[in-house]
Amino acid sequence: MTAAGCGAPEQGTALPANIDPGKEVVLSGTVSAAGQPVGGAFVRLLDSSGEFTAEVVSSEQGDFRFFAAPGAWTVRALHRSGTGETQVTADGPGLHQLQVAVA
Amino acid sequence: MSRENVLVSAQWAEDNLDTAGVVFVEVDEDTSAYDGGHIPGAVKIDWKTDLQDQVRRDFVDRAGFEALLSARGIGNDDQVVLYGGNNNWFAAYAYWYFKLYGHDKVALLDGGRKKWELDGRPLVKDVVSRPATEYKAQEQDLTLRAFRQEVVDAINVKNLVDVRSPDEFSGKLLAPAHLPQEQAQRAGHIPSAINVPWSKAANEDGTFRSDAELAEIYGEAGLDGGKSTIAYCRIGERSSHTWFVLRELLGHTDVKNYDGSWTEYGSLVGVPVALGSE
Repeated sequence: MTAAGCGAPEQGTALPANIDPGKEVVLSGTVSAAGQPVGGAFVRLLDSSGEFTAEVVSSEQGDFRFFAAPGAWTVRALHRSGTGETQVTADGPGLHQLQVAVA
Repeated sequence: MSRENVLVSAQWAEDNLDTAGVVFVEVDEDTSAYDGGHIPGAVKIDWKTDLQDQVRRDFVDRAGFEALLSARGIGNDDQVVLYGGNNNWFAAYAYWYFKLYGHDKVALLDGGRKKWELDGRPLVKDVVSRPATEYKAQEQDLTLRAFRQEVVDAINVKNLVDVRSPDEFSGKLLAPAHLPQEQAQRAGHIPSAINVPWSKAANEDGTFRSDAELAEIYGEAGLDGGKSTIAYCRIGERSSHTWFVLRELLGHTDVKNYDGSWTEYGSLVGVPVALGSE
């Protein structure tokens, strides 16, 4: 078993060495405001029914990452400077790149 | 028990940063959050290295809890205010711990770090040291803690509340979606459990919903107020959040947290497991 914790690992664009993108559905992306990356945003993953699935805090470079499953997902960002969201449909394993603009 | 005794607002917290006898404690898995900026005067507890036995899968024992609180400068008469990231998951887990070891004057900061940050309230990097105390803990209050056989015996008898996300409940995911999914245990949930994700109880800023909203959520989900309740999740911290809601906010009397949760249950040989959304 991997680390027993539920806290989010450090966010970034590079996948951890023990992660196989051929098996995992990875949703990875950046939060931005007026074209600039936004760190410290609360980024949550909602399932196809809109239910909360996970939440991470974006890195200083605005990066976030989720390990999901095939399906339709919404990524929603909350920050002092505003909110924003984007949708993605993952057909299978692999790295899915997203951009979320907050305003 | 009422909301005023167990929850403090961010404004109350900011107004009482220097109040004698009030100790703020940040509880995170990721201690870099504390080190990068914490509420002024707050000490930190690492849920894993400070609260867990480092060899067996269990809690620090009574003597270990006494040593931890003594070292952090927390006295038996102090009003402890817990807060943290992850929508207060680990702060709620620590709250349950404090109650387990008999500390009555403990509260959660409503909204935790998230609300504090969204409000733009002060965070500092100062090193906090409080004079050591001689903290005395009680024996664990096992009316708050469920073990595995009790959970198996509760199937179709007590309320079992699975507070994980719907996809974890159905078996589609094995862990929250910010974590890698390869795990040893089987996917699914305990038969007869209802699925009320912990997040139903919280607003987007991490604060708890009103008592009326909470009562409606669990009532509609089929929680029988006349029965005892056991809450579980994957490792027992999200279910501490729901345990807090049911026992401390809504005042249900017999509510236990199953800290073994799915990482234990889903690894047991021979127990029943249900798949899908029912």
